[in-house]
Amino acid sequence: MTRRTLLIAAPYLWLLVLFFAPFLIVLKISLSDAALAIPPYTPTIKDGVGAMFAELDFENFVFLTEDDLYWKAYFSSFRIALVSTFLTLLVGYPIAYGMAKAPDEWRATLMMLVILPFWTSFLIRVYAWMGILSNEGLLNQLLFWLGLINEPLVILNTNLAVYIGIVYTYLPFMILPIYAALDRLDPSLDEAAQDLGCTRTQAFWLVTIPLSKNGIVAGSFLVFIPALGEFVIPSLLGGSGTLMIGKVLWEEFFNNRDWPVASAVAVILLLLLIIPIVLFQRNQQKQQEAEQ
Amino acid sequence: MSQTVFAPWEDPNEKPLIRFRNVTKRFGEFVAIDDLTLDIYAQEFFALLGPSGCGKTTMMRMLAGFETVTEGVIELAGQDIGQVPPNERAVNMMFQSYALFPHLSVWENIAFGLKRDKKAKPEIDARVEEMLKLVRLEKFAQRKPHQISGGQRQRVALARSLAKAPKLLLLDEPLGALDKKLRQDTQFELMDIQETTGTTFVIVTHDQEEAMTVASRVAVMDEGRVIQVATPASIYEYPNSVYVADFIGDVNIIEGHASASGTEKYKLNWVDSQAPIIATSQTSFAEGQKAHLAIRPEKIRISSEKPEDAENAMQGKVLDIAYLGNLSTYHVELPGGQVIKAQTANTRRIARRDITWEDPVWISWNATAGVMLEQ
Repeated sequence: MTRRTLLIAAPYLWLLVLFFAPFLIVLKISLSDAALAIPPYTPTIKDGVGAMFAELDFENFVFLTEDDLYWKAYFSSFRIALVSTFLTLLVGYPIAYGMAKAPDEWRATLMMLVILPFWTSFLIRVYAWMGILSNEGLLNQLLFWLGLINEPLVILNTNLAVYIGIVYTYLPFMILPIYAALDRLDPSLDEAAQDLGCTRTQAFWLVTIPLSKNGIVAGSFLVFIPALGEFVIPSLLGGSGTLMIGKVLWEEFFNNRDWPVASAVAVILLLLLIIPIVLFQRNQQKQQEAEQ
Repeated sequence: MSQTVFAPWEDPNEKPLIRFRNVTKRFGEFVAIDDLTLDIYAQEFFALLGPSGCGKTTMMRMLAGFETVTEGVIELAGQDIGQVPPNERAVNMMFQSYALFPHLSVWENIAFGLKRDKKAKPEIDARVEEMLKLVRLEKFAQRKPHQISGGQRQRVALARSLAKAPKLLLLDEPLGALDKKLRQDTQFELMDIQETTGTTFVIVTHDQEEAMTVASRVAVMDEGRVIQVATPASIYEYPNSVYVADFIGDVNIIEGHASASGTEKYKLNWVDSQAPIIATSQTSFAEGQKAHLAIRPEKIRISSEKPEDAENAMQGKVLDIAYLGNLSTYHVELPGGQVIKAQTANTRRIARRDITWEDPVWISWNATAGVMLEQ
């Protein structure tokens, strides 16, 4: 083999060992039955290779369709991911726009500020939000002190807290691709639009927005995909009413110790994620082609 | 058959389309435009020429409305346009980068401005077709900007900026991105289009050849000031300063002290080893005043024999020859070490050229060949 083929083979080997092989194992478990054993399912390799495959069935997948908890959780995750992606876009676009319009000497600093939160553990940052949003938290104390409220606002353990958490956590993933798209825009395009009779607002909607579309799409996928399977944020900030598939998955695995059902949930989640991931890839590819 | 010469700037009754009146523009401490006064007339093809950073682009951006005036007034057709935003000015601009909208087709790019005016659809269609025809791009109407060549993009940008029939069209280095051959063809095309549409064009360029070719008048700028405004011919033949003479074309500058020698005739004492140079001058010089003689290389004759009738003649030897195909420039070193450039047309084949390196030669010119300048 030449060096070149080795170089190309490396990422595929990586995917094969660290993604495809574990996925096959999860798929196999999802087709097995739960059992009081270690590992907690049957059949295993100890039963012989032939028997192990012979006893597999789709029972767990059928179960997922019978209990409405699961499809409700999928649907609710989808909705929460969609809403929070939209909210992240609303918050992120103006920030990216401001960065792109900022004087050159400020840009590196602004970029640093966007990335800075990554320097602290994600978990600690989500815990910090608990401290801010709880009934006796900083936000309520501030609002009391300002005399704006008499009763504490109940934010923690609601969907609102989950939205806040997701928007806060994934904001950089929205800002960076949009900033990259806006930064590449020739400033004379905006001037040309004004020169041809657009007001500043019209120029923004007719030129800047369409031309940053690729950044918007990329940022939205980068937020939507991880938000869909998000587990930490809904379990720390969300309440009992917050239904998300990541949380359901965790409970199946660790509370119920029902690995086969949990694996089935994971397989379905992956299949659902493949659609937006493929769409995202196509968007990236189109963008590259357009630039050539 | 007599044709009236287009020269509205010589008619005192003519009202200028654009007036810069004592315009100053500062960016912080930096003075980009310094107390500038200038008139541009309707249907002119006016060139702003100067090195980068001379303020020509700032002037253009002030006309388009992208920069505000710090002091002074800019009038367009008698109206102060200082407070008018770019989208409300009857001025359109063709950008140096062309600034074509990459997400829109050629057709949509040209229609962009017309749609903003809320014109009726048939009217827009007709106007876009007319523009496409003007720039000969009918076949490319549905292409996106990245699917056409650089020269075609340049024409789309031109069509788009002309579509709204502006009173004034600004062109920012319109040919800068084209290669030399295409640039020359496009220069003539621009002149044709300017004539057909009757629009006033103001072009910004750092390419003096381009300015000379296309413009009815040229303003040579330096450090925020206009140094000279004149027709290309008078800029070339009668520069008002060493800066202009040097900026436009090739020139020999000979520094010396003037002394009168008859009416409008002076002797220029320049080096002790050479006889004084005789030159005519409309402007008068005091006895012993410092003066510069600017003389174009093509006005200097070069010969191997001493010329009989020349008012100024001196001997030297050929130091260098720049062969340009149609022309040759000879660098002739005088005994005192000064180098004078002389240019001749290569009307003979190279094998029959009788002057070569190290040859002793005579260079000569008439008293009227050069221009005497104070500074």
